[in-house]
Amino acid sequence: MAALNNLTEHLEAFVDVTRSPTHHAESLKAIATSLEKSVLSINQLVVEMDMYLTTTDDVVRARGILLLAEMLDYLKSKPLDNAVVNSLVGFFTAKLAEWRSVRGALSGCLALIKRKGVAGLVTATDAEAVAKSMAQSVQVQSLALYDRKLCFELLECLLEQYPEAMINLGDLMVYATCEAIDGEKDPPCLMVAFHVVELLARLFPSPSGPVASEASDLFEFISCYFPLHYTHTKGDEASIPREDLSRGLSLAISSTPFFEPYAIPLLLEKLSSSLPVAKVDSLKCLKDCAVNYGVNRMKKHYEGIWSAIKDALYASTGTDLSFGLESLTSPGFEMNEIHREAVNLLQRLVKQDISFLGLVADDIRVKMIFDTISRYSRYEEMLDTSKLEVLVVSQILSVSARASVESCNTIFETFFVRLMNTLGIVESTSTGDLVHNENSTVSTRLYHGGLHLCIELLTASKDLIPSSEEDSSTPGCAQQSWCSIVNKFSASLIEAFTSAVQSSNDDCTADAYLGVKGLLAMGMFRGGSSPVSRSEYEKILTTLTSIIAANSAKTVKWELALKALVCMGSFIDQYHESEKAMSYMGIVVENLVSLVRSSHCSLPHPMILEATSEVCSTSPTYVEKMVQGFEEAFCSSFSDFCVNGNFKSIENCSQLLECVTNKLLPRVTEIDGLEKSLVSFAISMWNQIESSVVFSYAFNGREFVEAAMKTMRQIVGVASVNSQNSIIQKAYNVISLSTLPAMESIPLTFAALEGLQHDLSTRDELILSLFASVIIGASPMASIPDVKSLIKLFMVSSLKGYIPAAQALGSMVNKLGVGSGGTNTSSDCSLEEACDIIFHESFESGNTNSSDVTSKTICGSETLLAKICLGFYGSLDLQTRAITGLAWIGKGLLMRGDKRVNEIALVLVECLKSTNSSGNALHPTAMKHAADAFLTLMSDSEACLNRKLHAVIRPLYKQRFFSITVPILESLIVNSQTPLSRTMLHVALAHVISNVPVTVILDNTKKLLPVILEGLSVLSVDSVHKEILFSLLLVLSGTLTDIKGRQSVSDNAHRIIECLVKLASYSHLMVVRETAIQCLATLLELPHRRIYPFRREVLQAVTKALDDPKRRVREEAIKCRQAWTSISSRSTPF
Amino acid sequence: MVSGLINENPIVYEIKERRDVRAYSSNTDELSVDAIDQLEVKLNICSAHHIRDIKDPEHPYSLEQLKVLTEDSVEVDDTKSRVRVTFTPTVEHCSMATIIGLCVRVKLMRSLPSRYKIDIRVAPGTHATEAAVTKQLNDKERVAAALENPNLVEMVDECLSPSFE
Repeated sequence: MAALNNLTEHLEAFVDVTRSPTHHAESLKAIATSLEKSVLSINQLVVEMDMYLTTTDDVVRARGILLLAEMLDYLKSKPLDNAVVNSLVGFFTAKLAEWRSVRGALSGCLALIKRKGVAGLVTATDAEAVAKSMAQSVQVQSLALYDRKLCFELLECLLEQYPEAMINLGDLMVYATCEAIDGEKDPPCLMVAFHVVELLARLFPSPSGPVASEASDLFEFISCYFPLHYTHTKGDEASIPREDLSRGLSLAISSTPFFEPYAIPLLLEKLSSSLPVAKVDSLKCLKDCAVNYGVNRMKKHYEGIWSAIKDALYASTGTDLSFGLESLTSPGFEMNEIHREAVNLLQRLVKQDISFLGLVADDIRVKMIFDTISRYSRYEEMLDTSKLEVLVVSQILSVSARASVESCNTIFETFFVRLMNTLGIVESTSTGDLVHNENSTVSTRLYHGGLHLCIELLTASKDLIPSSEEDSSTPGCAQQSWCSIVNKFSASLIEAFTSAVQSSNDDCTADAYLGVKGLLAMGMFRGGSSPVSRSEYEKILTTLTSIIAANSAKTVKWELALKALVCMGSFIDQYHESEKAMSYMGIVVENLVSLVRSSHCSLPHPMILEATSEVCSTSPTYVEKMVQGFEEAFCSSFSDFCVNGNFKSIENCSQLLECVTNKLLPRVTEIDGLEKSLVSFAISMWNQIESSVVFSYAFNGREFVEAAMKTMRQIVGVASVNSQNSIIQKAYNVISLSTLPAMESIPLTFAALEGLQHDLSTRDELILSLFASVIIGASPMASIPDVKSLIKLFMVSSLKGYIPAAQALGSMVNKLGVGSGGTNTSSDCSLEEACDIIFHESFESGNTNSSDVTSKTICGSETLLAKICLGFYGSLDLQTRAITGLAWIGKGLLMRGDKRVNEIALVLVECLKSTNSSGNALHPTAMKHAADAFLTLMSDSEACLNRKLHAVIRPLYKQRFFSITVPILESLIVNSQTPLSRTMLHVALAHVISNVPVTVILDNTKKLLPVILEGLSVLSVDSVHKEILFSLLLVLSGTLTDIKGRQSVSDNAHRIIECLVKLASYSHLMVVRETAIQCLATLLELPHRRIYPFRREVLQAVTKALDDPKRRVREEAIKCRQAWTSISSRSTPF
Repeated sequence: MVSGLINENPIVYEIKERRDVRAYSSNTDELSVDAIDQLEVKLNICSAHHIRDIKDPEHPYSLEQLKVLTEDSVEVDDTKSRVRVTFTPTVEHCSMATIIGLCVRVKLMRSLPSRYKIDIRVAPGTHATEAAVTKQLNDKERVAAALENPNLVEMVDECLSPSFE
């Protein structure tokens, strides 16, 4: 009973029109839920609602009926009793006549008619009654928008669900539809209305049916919307897009052949309009009509349509034929929508009825084309009209040829032989027979227009092969006449294209373009039945390859040939053409790879590498071949350098490595097997280094070492753990055979380190750098042998100033012991031990300084490394190197979230103090390095410890470091004694602040803003700090624009403005001035009373900036000045 | 003020392609100086601003499109701190000439360093009272007086308000 009580409440709520829509929706929902849960049956509801459904109060009754209808809509998928449905339909049908409650009645009918596949369907008789009642008593156009839409939906639903019943009604439905549509203007309704027309046409296909007899009226009602034009485009986002509606209209117009006598003339008339939209719509609609009306009905309009298509094509084609690289695989000129639709229509018509082609073939303009072609030999010489003629006709012919095999045959039979004749490939004898002129290649006249037409036709015909070969019932394309024609001429055609390419020079790209495009077209026929034989195909490849090999500079011809080869390569890969693949491999790939290998070649090395990598990336088999070639090339060049001291070879090596890094490594996920070949490449790099024991010549530059390191790092980075292990093993073997292990034995003592005066040999340096790269790239799962001595090696070499060694150390401490879920079997050394070696290796020899009492008290880090950092022992060089090394180690620890980084941070901070706790003054250089160490710690590095190189990265590590160090640095800044130390502390702080995510800054603006401002003013003193000054300024500008920082910015406005005004004339970096002025402009968003007092200062500063040496600053200054003037009083306009 | 448009159907010209190539190529070099040149001054006056009538925008075109100003009509001497702008009213009897001139002057005063001496003149032979207008525009006192007039200032400001193209 509680349910019923609630029900009355909800009913009242819904019926009361004074309540809010949300209220209504809530009560609806409540009733619907109880109905769905079967707490309440529909019968009960009707009984309960009796009063609302029958009352004489029109408003209440309308609401009541609507409520019932809405309920039925909710229960669409709930089984109902047939009797209930029957009586409800009867009720709603009766209510259709009553205009006050028509919305409820319509929704109710619709909800019931929509029921599908559940118990309780509306019977056909009932549906008929609904339709009748609707047709007779509902005046659609007098209703509101939503109700009209319901009407159309009801019609749609009736036609879809009860076709038999609707056929019984016959004329009535057609009349009702006509009446309903007449005058409709709203897109959502029209969308449904157009579909209704379509359904009607489908329902009454007979020529004596109601649609046939009423066709003219019905068409009149829908045709008045064509072409669709929206008058109100704005503010109607929810509405239907024009394209959809236009598609609906097109379907309606083309729905029945009975519309044909009215539709085609109308469409042709609209096509001649100057409105582009009308043209596009007419062409689209004509295509739909051609499909649906059938050939017989369309036939009588062919002439009209043909001339319309022609006009559209001539009007929409430009005369600019592009001879550029990008148009090699596209038509070469711009296509607008009209053009595209005209082409589609033409293709459709030809495909449907071959007789349409007769019109095309007999057209005078098409026939004239051969005269036009033979009048000009160069495209640039042609008049614009002739260019247009050539482009349009070739477009028409190629589209027609593309339509079907028959049309292709006809076109080739009619035109191709003539074209060959014009081009001089065949010659007519005195008897009038056409004779294939075998030896005409030399005399072949190069008519650009003709070549273009020829290429278009060939490209069109090649598209036909897939469709005819997939279907085995049709004869293969070899039997088709077009194919035999092409076959007959193929040799001469290839000759002609080849001579076009070869005769071309640099100032005429058209020759090269047409030649290459022609060869490409000939090379893209698919399958075994291709009209181009294998030997001819190979000839094409040879020609293109020789163009690539012969050129010594990057010309257009070279690029075109390369692109053509790449296209052919990917074509082969796409269609699995095994025979062609063999030719391709043999001619193109082998040749190019051998070019890479040979050191004596006219082509510059980077160009060979580019060509090879482009061509070979089309298929995995070629890639494998290429990497092998690269491997050999690397080995031979490298040994050439080592033995003969040929610096050219080492340059080639670097270029080759760069090519591997830039071209191949990014694609490692796309190409199967690439990873494996690259790993073997890396191993053979090691082999080569191992075998070249003596380096007779020193490098003159770090270019090669850097390229090698980068490649090695990235190869290890992408390799699987197993391959990593094999590379590491190989590298370890090499290193243990070198003189490097001697360094491991050096005890980590001060005296020993000081003694390391001599530098490493070139070879050792290379080995060390490469080995460091391997370690940097290795994943935590990879097993590294003999970690302890390696750490020692890296320690020693990093103290000798090899940064890669320091990075490798950082990488090692970052990854040690996290592989394979904690159970660390791969490594013989844990993180604890590693850190012990790094930090706590104590003095073994009785060094005199070790008993120094004061040194024991330094911030808990009485380690050798810390002491060197603080400058207790050794030279300044050693100190700075130690600091840099410590920074990288710290970064590794920081990223994995290890606590020891705090200790390192403390040491670094200690280095920044003017006098450390033991009273020693620190050298400025050391302080600078310590400050920069914070940059190393916080910034993302390309070279190591990033995600690609498998670094262990704990989330929010930057934030953690930020919260540890900032308070310390802040308090030290306050207490700093000397200006130098103060500056350095600010540099360190700026590094930390500018590298932390901006949200962190925004959360702490209040605290940080004063420090940032102070930092800006301290750093602006010396030009050395300009970069970091700029980063800090960017942080400040970030806080200015954000709403979170608004309050504290507003509180500090005077200081900010003071600071920015100073920076507006910062002479060392233009971007600083520019940003400062931009910030000043941003400040105008602050409350007026906060900034108004400063307008004079700002204007003065900005006016000075108007005379800035840099234009960009001046531009910003003008904008800023304009903005600030507008807040000052009107009486000072300038 | 004026009833109807003064020049109902102005000829609109296509804007010459800007040679922006040189624009910021010298970014990296902190010491180099980009001297203020013709193009910059012309852009300052034209690109971001439309000259409008007070009540209705007479034409929604920029001065450049109407060829009131071209790059060649601006003469700049950065070392001597001089700039001379010659503008061409669209029609001979254009009553907007003084307003346009005033706007150009104010715009230059706001966007050039104060060391500059600014000369504005109407191109010879293009305006009915060209000498008078030129004299008026270069008379310090009269310009200052004009800018005391709040209505005029408001109009100039409106003309110079940035248009976000």
